[in-house]
Amino acid sequence: MKHLLIIIAALSFSFGAVAVQPDERLADPALELRAREVSKALRCVVCQNETIDDSSAELARDMRILVRDRISGGDSNEQVLSFMVQRYGDFVLLKPRMNAETLLLWFGPLLVLIIGAIMTAQRLRKPASVGPAALNESEAKELKSLTRPETRP
Amino acid sequence: MSASTPQTKRWPFIIPLLVIAALVGIFGKRLSDVSKGADPHLLPTALLNTPFPEFDLVALPGREPGFVTSELKGEVSLVNVWGSWCVACLAEHPFLMTLKRENTVAIHGIAWRDAPEASLQWLEKHGDPYTRIGQDPRSVAAISLGVTGAPETFVVDQAGIIRYKQVGPITPEVWQTTLAPLIAQLKK
Repeated sequence: MKHLLIIIAALSFSFGAVAVQPDERLADPALELRAREVSKALRCVVCQNETIDDSSAELARDMRILVRDRISGGDSNEQVLSFMVQRYGDFVLLKPRMNAETLLLWFGPLLVLIIGAIMTAQRLRKPASVGPAALNESEAKELKSLTRPETRP
Repeated sequence: MSASTPQTKRWPFIIPLLVIAALVGIFGKRLSDVSKGADPHLLPTALLNTPFPEFDLVALPGREPGFVTSELKGEVSLVNVWGSWCVACLAEHPFLMTLKRENTVAIHGIAWRDAPEASLQWLEKHGDPYTRIGQDPRSVAAISLGVTGAPETFVVDQAGIIRYKQVGPITPEVWQTTLAPLIAQLKK
């Protein structure tokens, strides 16, 4: 138990490897926090599956610095993101924006859920009306012969 | 006695099969495109048909003039993002020199993430096809242009609007099939 607690404590105090170099950081902690937030929303365009905050690529570093320059210059987070989207397209955002092109991406799962719900509802409503088919003539005869009252031997 | 048959419709069960078939089709098309040479890392050009971003980039020491966006206006030009560290740029370079000799179109350079001495040495060794060269040591221009790698070349028209982006080296094939017709049309 004690060991487990130590492991949990160690894990909760560890930090993920961060690519941001000390010389990149802004002096103002509030601005630096915003820069980190923006960096985490931007894809590294040369590595494709990392944020620029995580990436050690040179271009990612330059993008982090540009993000900080723009934030220091008075840009809002949204303005910085828009600047990047204007240059690199929606691709640069890790969380795609909602627009005509991404509508299916955002609402596709909901659409599938609705279709599934409709199909399930239809199936659940049906069975009451479905019973075994009526016996035909020969079947009725056979049944009668089997269930005929016993005669005394 | 025959088993009773349920009266529910069977067609909805074909839907998952159709969805899978559609996905296989889409993924298969993309995979075959890539195996035929499409670059999976290629991003769409966001800046197409927008004005070339405003820059005033410093010249390489002793090699004036630098790169100023406003100076682009009035003629069709190529803006080539390169670096002395870039192998593909070296592969493209002889063709840029040919274009320069034939005086086809103005070529400007953005020296991306490069030490000025290294850029100058490279130009001295391999030739200098550029009219203007601006330094971009911290990728400010490169990021503003949405550049992901070198070389990338922008075709800019007389009004300073980006009309095309060539990702990767300009080969004679690319020139003949794409760039030359476009430039001829823009010059009209």
